[in-house]
Amino acid sequence: MAIAVPALVAPGQGERVDWRLAAPLGLVYLGLFAGPLLLLIGISFFEDSELAKPGLASWRRFWGDAFYRGVVVDTLRLGLLTVAATTLLAYPLGLVFCASGPRVQKALIFIILLPLLTSVVIRTFAWIVILAREGVINNTLIALGLTSTPLKLLQTELGLVMALTQIELPLMLLPLLTVMRQIDPNLIDASRALGASRWRTFFRVLLPLSIPGWIAGATLVFASACTAFISQSVIGGASLVYLPALIWQQSMVVYHWPFAAVAAVTLLVSVLAGISLFGALERAARTR
Amino acid sequence: MFQRTTPSDISYAVVLRLLAGLGVLILVGPVLIVLITSFTTSAALKFPPPDLSVRWYVELFDRTRSAHIHTAAGNTLWVASVATGLGTLMAVMAALSIARVNRPAARALEASFLSPLILPTLAYGLASLMLFALLGFRPSLYHLVLGHLVVISPFVFRTTLASLTQLDPSLLESSASLGASRFYTFRRITLPIIAPGVAAGAFLAFIASIDNVPVSLFLSNARTSMLPIRMWGMMESTLDVRVAAISGVLIAVILILMIVMDRLVGLTRRMGV
Repeated sequence: MAIAVPALVAPGQGERVDWRLAAPLGLVYLGLFAGPLLLLIGISFFEDSELAKPGLASWRRFWGDAFYRGVVVDTLRLGLLTVAATTLLAYPLGLVFCASGPRVQKALIFIILLPLLTSVVIRTFAWIVILAREGVINNTLIALGLTSTPLKLLQTELGLVMALTQIELPLMLLPLLTVMRQIDPNLIDASRALGASRWRTFFRVLLPLSIPGWIAGATLVFASACTAFISQSVIGGASLVYLPALIWQQSMVVYHWPFAAVAAVTLLVSVLAGISLFGALERAARTR
Repeated sequence: MFQRTTPSDISYAVVLRLLAGLGVLILVGPVLIVLITSFTTSAALKFPPPDLSVRWYVELFDRTRSAHIHTAAGNTLWVASVATGLGTLMAVMAALSIARVNRPAARALEASFLSPLILPTLAYGLASLMLFALLGFRPSLYHLVLGHLVVISPFVFRTTLASLTQLDPSLLESSASLGASRFYTFRRITLPIIAPGVAAGAFLAFIASIDNVPVSLFLSNARTSMLPIRMWGMMESTLDVRVAAISGVLIAVILILMIVMDRLVGLTRRMGV
């Protein structure tokens, strides 16, 4: 009886991929995901907005101009700054989470999920109210007597990183919490019993063990912060230009598709490069 | 295990609590600020508001004065419902096709089906616009459904695959050995067990479609306007306080849905935590 079973098991539970079941989503992805992305790459190799003259001019114009190279650097720096800021807040929250009882844990998960499920547009809107000249932060600072003139926070990189930290923090927390929860508490007790301080225990035991969760979180935060069009354009304003705004402006305002395609492929490749860098970090940490 | 509390331990506890407190504040604060601001009497976005009223909610629900917002909300709901329905069906099938298969082909399929979660979907939004435009299609809600389908299916795929991995294969084997057909086994054994995972994924996919910016930004226009894009327009031009009222409605709806979904399918457990 048992020998005949593998041939009879339910769809997909066998040893082989059931291509009939994979086909619908697979074909949709081929036609509507891979197809358009290949088309995007193709269009970037045209020189004019009528798509009549193939050539490298759009690529040359993009990479030959210091302004556009600066936009790429700024976009990646924004991603990295957001990863750094979310890391700084996510670890303490993770430690408190692991040390709490089930009720507090459940409350914390709701606190993390609520902003995640709230539209990015709403969260960006909230930060306008917070960062404005007469916003929450400036009013608080003035009330405390820490400053007499309101600080300029909107349309600055600092304000944008603050907003993105809140917007992306749940993406860092969810994978990090999953991994931190699985760390054996005995290891921490052992480290403490052997005389290590709490700081040393954190940096030598907890931090290395939680790296896989951090990598997963950092990847999501980095990709999301680099492409956060609404937050970048509303909080960054016209003075701070990032790749998503450039893509939007070139395609929907200027209608120069090849140039927009060059910017979009550049965004795609640089985010992927950033992600593989995080992956390499993980491998390096594992072999160490 | 009993050690003296050293200054280093105290500094650790202080830094930990300060940063964790700041983390909670930064997560919750903005949501609360939006909610409170939405009840302002003023036409300016000041916090704290000078006085409280439901003025902007009345304005928001006024059929004539907020007609364009109502149209956008209707479009958004329609696209999200259709895309979630189609996406759930196809993602569940795709997850079934590779569950418990340990071959390179299965790993490759899994990675491709999850890729829209990591790839910058903004580039994809532009790419899909180019495809539809070159094929000569005029922008319509159907194209938005197709665009959303690609970016929201991974949510269902991921939770369904996770539920399938936890499914005990001996259940399927005994069902089969008792003579049940493959489809009967799926309907009576597999589906009831994975249903909560599928539902949680569908919920996340639905929310992702409602909130979607990168694809709607390129595929929607004045006729097929979508709510997040409309709200962005309202924020860019006049800082209309109705944006706060829309946010208030959306936050309330999401909060209720979250609590319902958590009761029904254990949403919080399925978010990986």
